[in-house]
Amino acid sequence: MRLSQHSYATLRSVQGPLLFVDAVVESRMGEVVTIVFPDGREAEGEVLRIERDTVLVQVIGDSRGLDLDHSRVVFTDVVKRAPLSLAALNRTFGGSFQPLDDLPMFLPEKWAPVAGFPLNPVARERPQELIETGLSCIDGLNTLVKGQKLPIFSCAGLPSREIAARILEHARTSGGDGTGAGARSTVVFVALGLTYHEYAFYRRTLEQVRGDYVAFINLAKDPVVERLLAPRFGLTVAEYLAFEHGRDVLVLVTDMTNYCDALREVSTAREELPGRRGYPGYLYSDLASLYERAGRIKDCPGSVTMLPVVTMPEDDITHPIPDLTGYITEGQIVLSRELHQRGIFPPVDVLPSLSRLMQRGIGKGRTREDHRDVANALYMHYAEGRDLRRLEAIVGREGLSDADKRMLDFADAFEREVVNQGPARRTVVETLDLSRALLERFGLHLP
Amino acid sequence: MSGRIIGISGPTVTVDLPGLQLYERVTVGHAALMGEVVRLERGRVVVQLYESTRGLGIGEPVAATGRQLTVRLGPGLLGHMFDGLQRPLEAMRQKHGPFIRPGETLATLADGQEQAAFEEWPVRLPRPYKRKLSTFEPLVTGQRCIDFLFPLARGGSAIFPGGFGTGKTLLEQSIAKFADVDIVVYVGCGERGNEMAEMLDDFAVLEDPWRKRPLMERTIVVVNTSNMPVAAREASIYTAVTMAEYYRDQGKHVLLLADSLSRWAEALREISSALEEMPGEEGYPTYLGSRLADFFARAGVVETLDGKVGSLTVLLSISPPGGDFTEPVTQACLRNTGAFFMLDTSLAHRRHFPAIHWFQSFSLYETEVVAHLDQRVAPDWGALRQRARALLQREESLREVAEIVGTEGLQDADRLLMRTTELIRRRFLAQNAYTEDAFSAPQQTCDAIRNLLETHDAAAARLAKGETLQDILAVADAAAAAGTPAHATQPA
Repeated sequence: MRLSQHSYATLRSVQGPLLFVDAVVESRMGEVVTIVFPDGREAEGEVLRIERDTVLVQVIGDSRGLDLDHSRVVFTDVVKRAPLSLAALNRTFGGSFQPLDDLPMFLPEKWAPVAGFPLNPVARERPQELIETGLSCIDGLNTLVKGQKLPIFSCAGLPSREIAARILEHARTSGGDGTGAGARSTVVFVALGLTYHEYAFYRRTLEQVRGDYVAFINLAKDPVVERLLAPRFGLTVAEYLAFEHGRDVLVLVTDMTNYCDALREVSTAREELPGRRGYPGYLYSDLASLYERAGRIKDCPGSVTMLPVVTMPEDDITHPIPDLTGYITEGQIVLSRELHQRGIFPPVDVLPSLSRLMQRGIGKGRTREDHRDVANALYMHYAEGRDLRRLEAIVGREGLSDADKRMLDFADAFEREVVNQGPARRTVVETLDLSRALLERFGLHLP
Repeated sequence: MSGRIIGISGPTVTVDLPGLQLYERVTVGHAALMGEVVRLERGRVVVQLYESTRGLGIGEPVAATGRQLTVRLGPGLLGHMFDGLQRPLEAMRQKHGPFIRPGETLATLADGQEQAAFEEWPVRLPRPYKRKLSTFEPLVTGQRCIDFLFPLARGGSAIFPGGFGTGKTLLEQSIAKFADVDIVVYVGCGERGNEMAEMLDDFAVLEDPWRKRPLMERTIVVVNTSNMPVAAREASIYTAVTMAEYYRDQGKHVLLLADSLSRWAEALREISSALEEMPGEEGYPTYLGSRLADFFARAGVVETLDGKVGSLTVLLSISPPGGDFTEPVTQACLRNTGAFFMLDTSLAHRRHFPAIHWFQSFSLYETEVVAHLDQRVAPDWGALRQRARALLQREESLREVAEIVGTEGLQDADRLLMRTTELIRRRFLAQNAYTEDAFSAPQQTCDAIRNLLETHDAAAARLAKGETLQDILAVADAAAAAGTPAHATQPA
């Protein structure tokens, strides 16, 4: 601990959100600094790099109005921490944890560093308890479990937010027995670079849901650097609610593409070596430091489940953002423009979609004994039907055998009746019954 | 001798401690974090830190240890889980709770066993042996597609690259469970924490199918998940391979599995970039290829210093960005590896697992290993293999024809062949890791393929005699329904 506050007026340069401060006697990595503007305004900053007595500081917020002669940087000797309390529930904050709902800031019960600490792998509880989302394409074929991180890969113009809203509204942590009587999760909602219009939509959803929530809002007009901070605040609060108060927390982060672009912007300003498409080489590690915070802990009741929304630039799943996300998360829900065009909601393409943790979340005692067989059969036949569509486009329907024609019809019916479900909520059991009926109608029997 | 921190950048710190050696271990800061010297200049030494640099202050003390990064080799390693620096994770959890905070004191390997015979060995230095042998005994993995089409040899190496969702981790874990070896060292390198939890959960209840002993008794797990510090991720594969060599030197057959090598390469890149080295392809340092070659060279069958024969086999998964195999890590590995299992995204989308592409993959050990299997399992192993490959090859060209004329336009004999290959794909090459089918002994593998081929020959003979394809298939379906197929089946 330093005994006095250190204040410096030795700015060497300002480049966008970055400041170089000279002749700094003591500083630490990640230390929070207060930047005092010539007009007395204050902003927060963080130490990014130290080389002897020169310190690189990133300004969180707007750096307009800074100068080299009259601005000051005050070092606080602490790393960035989040205030924690149950009083944060049902409140809305900005990307720097400032209240946005006209209420005063709550009194924190405790503080925790926003970067969090990695969870010891042996302390992790295996995620295997179903979260019923009410959507057949997820519950039936890509089941979500507590403690999982399952992103939604969307394309510009597809209804990812409607799907996210539906999940917020309908998700129940248990109720896999078909009664649908499970409990709601506490929602941590992190908006990154959203337009006001999108935000208003989510705002309405959060109000309708009437469960507990904590929202962190960074809109498109807000400082870019806050986009890097907001999800960390969200996850720190989520860990607190889950592991200290035993709650099941669902963290919805939208849109991760804006997060990665913010990271690229800051990285470029730091003159770091750009990697693929200009994103920094550490994008994987950085994303992992967020996504890996989802999970459960042994002998601890709560859970952190993450649903990040990723908009794939140019609809390209091999773009670094969805690509690296897919390598870290436990599966993905992929939306399809084609299904959307055909009016199917949710337009989920089940073939590239995947839930890696599904196997333990389904079956006897979790959902229903036949769940795995039903899901496998649906996948296999649908994949076959999809293959045949290509063939049909070349040789025409007449060139196909009767069995092939039946598979084509099955694929269509599957999309229309199982994937497509409009506004209704389906329990897992309803999804399975519907799927079984469909398979039987086409004479496709389960083993 | 002591010095101070004079700079901090990403995972590296600069210190002013004189008299250090390259790769010497140092302790950094008030919390005594562990680091390793990676660059020496007069008055300025760069140290890569095995912990997060967050909160570390300029001017904090630095101390030399006079030793390189080492692992402790001795009894009590098996059945345990370590981080990339060989710290026992279970002991850390008991002492410090579920989260890993930087600077936690090293817990020792205390599990009540005798610790007299401990030896410290620097991880970056290969352990010595008398000489390398060039034998090609099969390493049975229990995966039909590998054992039959692309067999592995003990002491060999293999890579399996695949985009996300192609089942790398699942395949790697299946092999860790079922491979016919004495010791398995599994490295979770920059991957998911939940998967490690799943794996430990599974391994705790499973048995080694060859020796009928609890699986954990032969397993060491080294894990550095993606959110753990990046430099420790770089060290983790060296820590693991050194432990693996220790068992090889006792005359054991050891299998090292790493998931995934790409994360190791990325850690290397991150450190290289913090050192401001001149980047090579895709930002990877230009020494990526030589580091990989050194690593692959640690595999092999050896005569140990005391005259035993031991082997170390290396199996590595690779996560190529965008599923593009032309990237530098895959390409650098291809120059060193003996087998290549290409995991295919379209097979995975169809839920065909393991999604090993049967045309693109290869094994350089096939001739020697197949000769062994001919002797040991069945004299016609090699012949069956040729047959199955020819059929699959033929199917591929028929598929192209079918895309022009439709399946109805094909000859009956060709349609029969396509049906047989479909069964080979579905019931033989695909293997469900969640059922009993997850493990297939060589005899089972051989019987299964022989059965499929004999059925095909019988049907072909009847077709030649003038029976209709429809009749033949109806009989075959009835037979199939009576059997116990491992997967969901469907009428043709």
